[in-house]
Amino acid sequence: MEETKEIEIMEAVYDKNDEVAAQTKDSFTKKGIFAVNVMGAPGVGKTSSLVQIIKGLSGITSYVIEGDIEADFDTKLLQSLGVDAIQINTGGACHLDSPLIEKAAGELPLKPGVLFIENIGNLVCPAEFQIGEHVKMLISTVTEGSDKPYKYPLAFEKADIILLNKCDLIPYVDFDEEFFLKGVRAQNKTAPVIKVSAKSGEGYEEVVKWIKEKKETL
Amino acid sequence: MHEYPITQHIIEMAEKYAKEQGASSVEAINLVVGDYSGYVGESINLYFDIIAEGTLCERAKLNIERVKPKLKCTSCGEYFERRPFSFECPYCKGEGEPTEIGKEFYLKSIEIK
Repeated sequence: MEETKEIEIMEAVYDKNDEVAAQTKDSFTKKGIFAVNVMGAPGVGKTSSLVQIIKGLSGITSYVIEGDIEADFDTKLLQSLGVDAIQINTGGACHLDSPLIEKAAGELPLKPGVLFIENIGNLVCPAEFQIGEHVKMLISTVTEGSDKPYKYPLAFEKADIILLNKCDLIPYVDFDEEFFLKGVRAQNKTAPVIKVSAKSGEGYEEVVKWIKEKKETL
Repeated sequence: MHEYPITQHIIEMAEKYAKEQGASSVEAINLVVGDYSGYVGESINLYFDIIAEGTLCERAKLNIERVKPKLKCTSCGEYFERRPFSFECPYCKGEGEPTEIGKEFYLKSIEIK
């Protein structure tokens, strides 16, 4: 009987996703498009935050690619506000991947501006996959609780900017801001953490300023 | 569920190397998967038999070596596994920062006939 022979390979399992993401990002950069991957659990106010940010970016063209497992409520809302938005329904998949974005971007008449890609509401998988973005924006909330950086460390580690939404509710919930920030900083030394309220619009000037500054470095 | 395409790719990689060696079958695939790699070993295992059917890897045993994520203490430099709800270093009570340990995902070796 033939002998079994072990062949050493030591090769990273080539991830097609990363290659497509790099190409997509490159093509966005060439077109003068600054791409923002918007991440957060379901119900943290990803779309509501985008409405506030896009308002603040007046004068700069904004586009939105909406990722959802099902339905298109968010896209219809954005379109009703005059935003160029298109819907991706993943039909069950827990995150957006780069081939999906490459295809969707082809459907938008992209001129220089900012493209927001709203990921599936999920604090786990979206953090693990690049989709061609320049920056990752993570939205967390005071209602989710201050332990989230400890429970979902990767999302906080990968974020370039963190919005802490629903701050108008601080008087009504037991949110330990110091514990939250300590957890964020253990994983991420540089991302600004900005307190906002999508309901009142408070705090978004700073977010808009940050996006504009980052866009200039394209 | 995002393990399906990556499992397909692992089998393609193993087949490519096996063919280069003129092998008639792949007996084992040794894979290293970090817990923070984004892929779940059990799910890769689940898809493996279905996808491997009819390939050189059909009879292969998939061995998955899991790697637990480790933090590095910013004070004393020791590597450690974090405890729930804490990033504290068990040696000096300093604070740990993320490292690449636990994010690896690679094909270590194949065993062929």
